[in-house]
This record gives sequence, C-alpha cells and structure tokens, in this order.
Amino acid sequence: MSKFKKRGGGSGAPGINTASLPDIVFMLLFFFMVATRMREVTLQVKVTKPGSSQAVKIAAEDRNKIISVYVGKPTKSQLYGSAPRMQLNDVIADIKDVGPFVLEEMNRLPEADRKKAFVSIKGDEEISTGIITDIKEALRDVDALKIQYGTRKTPVLY
Amino acid sequence: MARSRSRKPLPEINSGSMADIAFLLLIFFLVTTTMDQEFGLPRELPRKIEEQVPPPPVKERNVLLVYVNRNNDLLVNNEYGDIKSLKERVKAFVSNKTNRTDWPEKDAPDEYGKDGHTFVFQKSKGIVALQNDRLTTYKTYIQVQDVLTQAFNELRNELSKEKYGKTYDELTQLSTKGQTDDIQEEASTKVQAIQKAIPMAISEAEPIKSK
Repeated sequence: MSKFKKRGGGSGAPGINTASLPDIVFMLLFFFMVATRMREVTLQVKVTKPGSSQAVKIAAEDRNKIISVYVGKPTKSQLYGSAPRMQLNDVIADIKDVGPFVLEEMNRLPEADRKKAFVSIKGDEEISTGIITDIKEALRDVDALKIQYGTRKTPVLY
Repeated sequence: MARSRSRKPLPEINSGSMADIAFLLLIFFLVTTTMDQEFGLPRELPRKIEEQVPPPPVKERNVLLVYVNRNNDLLVNNEYGDIKSLKERVKAFVSNKTNRTDWPEKDAPDEYGKDGHTFVFQKSKGIVALQNDRLTTYKTYIQVQDVLTQAFNELRNELSKEKYGKTYDELTQLSTKGQTDDIQEEASTKVQAIQKAIPMAISEAEPIKSK
C-alpha cells in the first residue's frame, strides 16, 4: 500500500480528468433512447423469420399499426409441448383466440389508424405452413384482410 | 444559525458518481430496447364469400398454378417446376410478349396515369395462383412468395423504365423520401400508374387438405 501512496502523492503522472465522463455517457444514453424502442413482448416461442429479398421495410410511423402474431416452437417445451404454437401479446394461444385478439387490438387503435392496421404473421422458418393457413382463415373470418409475412431482409437468392 | 451558514462557502456537490448513474441508465436502455427493423411481404387476403355465390369465372389460360407440395417440390401448371427458373417463367407468362394462345389474354389498350404522365398499355389478365400443402415448410413457402414478388417487381421495373425512364424501385424511393413536394407527387402518380398497369396478381388459394 505504501508503495502506491508514494507514487500517487509524488510527482508521477497526473490523474486523468474525468469531469467530462458523465457528459460522454449521457450522450450515448440519449443516442440509445432515441434510436431504439421498447421491446413489446417477451417471446415465448422461437422465431427465426424466413429470409426474403423483396421484403418492404415498415416505416417508423406505421409501427403502431402492426398487430403481431408469433408462431413457432415454444421455448418452454415442458409446459407447452414441442409442436408449433402461436403467441398473442404475452400468452401462448390457440387458433380460436386469433380472431377475437385481432378485433380487440383493432379496437384499441385510434379510429383513424384502424383501416391502415395490418396483421403481421411472424412465423419461424422451420414450421409447416398449415398453421399459417389456419391463421389466415381465422383472419378472413373476422375480415382482417391486410396481412404481412414478417421476414428478414436478405439479398436476392434466385 | 442562518447567518453563519450563509457566510460559509457552499460545498460543491461531488459529481464523481454522475458517470455511474448515467452508465446504469445506459445499460438499462441497452437491455430493454431493440433496434431490429421490421420487414415484411405485404399481402391482401381474399374476402370470405358465401358458399352459394360462385366465384367469378377465370379462364384457364389466365391462371398459372404454382403448387408446393409437402416435400417442398414445385408443380407449375402440372409440370415439374424449379424455384430457380420460376421467376422467368412467371415473367414470361404474365407479360405474354409473344401472344401465345395458351398464355394470358390482354385487355384492350388503355391509358394509365394522369397529369401528363400517361402511357398506353395492354394490361395482362394473368394471375398466379399459389397453392400449398399443410406440411410445406414455411421457409420454402416464403421463398416462393418472394420469387413471385420479384417477378412482378421486375415486370414493373421494366415497364417503368420504358415509359418513365426510371425503374419502379427508384420511383418508389422518390415518392417517399425527403424530396420536394413536386417530385414526390409526380413520383407517386407514376408509381400508382405502374401499380395499376401491373397489379400484384398473386392469389393464395386455400390449401389442398392433406390426408
């Protein structure tokens, strides 16, 4: 200890001034606050979106008009089994819940946005298309016809 | 008391821990937020119709049936298909440049666009019907959707380049991003005209029930 004290108190290198450190960190903080948005749900199903080259980016102002339906294998397989399930908001749900859920979410939106609202089906690339078809049928039953297949953006494959 | 306190110089607040507090906030935001952008293939589902009402008749020559089976193989108009050649097949089919009689009919020449940005074009009646098995892998299904979208987008690009001197993608960019109002309006007029001339005619039929 005495060794350190001597060096610190002596005429060694002066300490770095850290007065501006908070400013730098705050700058980073503000950057992240502006550039990101809150995670909406905690995913309980595994979703690796399939790749698509023609995917369209959803504009920032349209983000609130997305009604998401996640489909994939549950991460807690001892609780929900290993067959693909769908997740609506924070719960694992069945196909019969999709219609009411979409209508409820639509009603929650401001009236001006309802016509522009769309359902984004975010399916895992390894599931079979049957469950997606069931969802599409359920959406047609409640007249929610604007949909979007959630994908990743990839370069042209074929 | 008060007097003696005011005479003393105010002690400075130690701001050494400010950085720690800011770091804490920073880490909180890093953990709870996402930066991922949302991408997707937009589609419009067909309206549910009553069973009694028969669907509008579509001539057989106007439909290109693409069927993806449970082994992710393609059947294009009852022939073995291949995802690599599907795009060219769809483009040739829909545009029908050689006027084959077993490929889609065309509408009478019509004028598209407005405000001096018009062109005359024969709209094709071609429709691509995509059918899938319940056990088709979702990845393959999206790939086929992607290839179909690509085919239509390329047709739009070609038409747009021919009529307006700019591709459809360039026009879409111009119609949305930081341009002057005039350019934006002109571009979106053109985009709408092209969309009308070549609609994204992909029909997602209900799947064949697998046994």
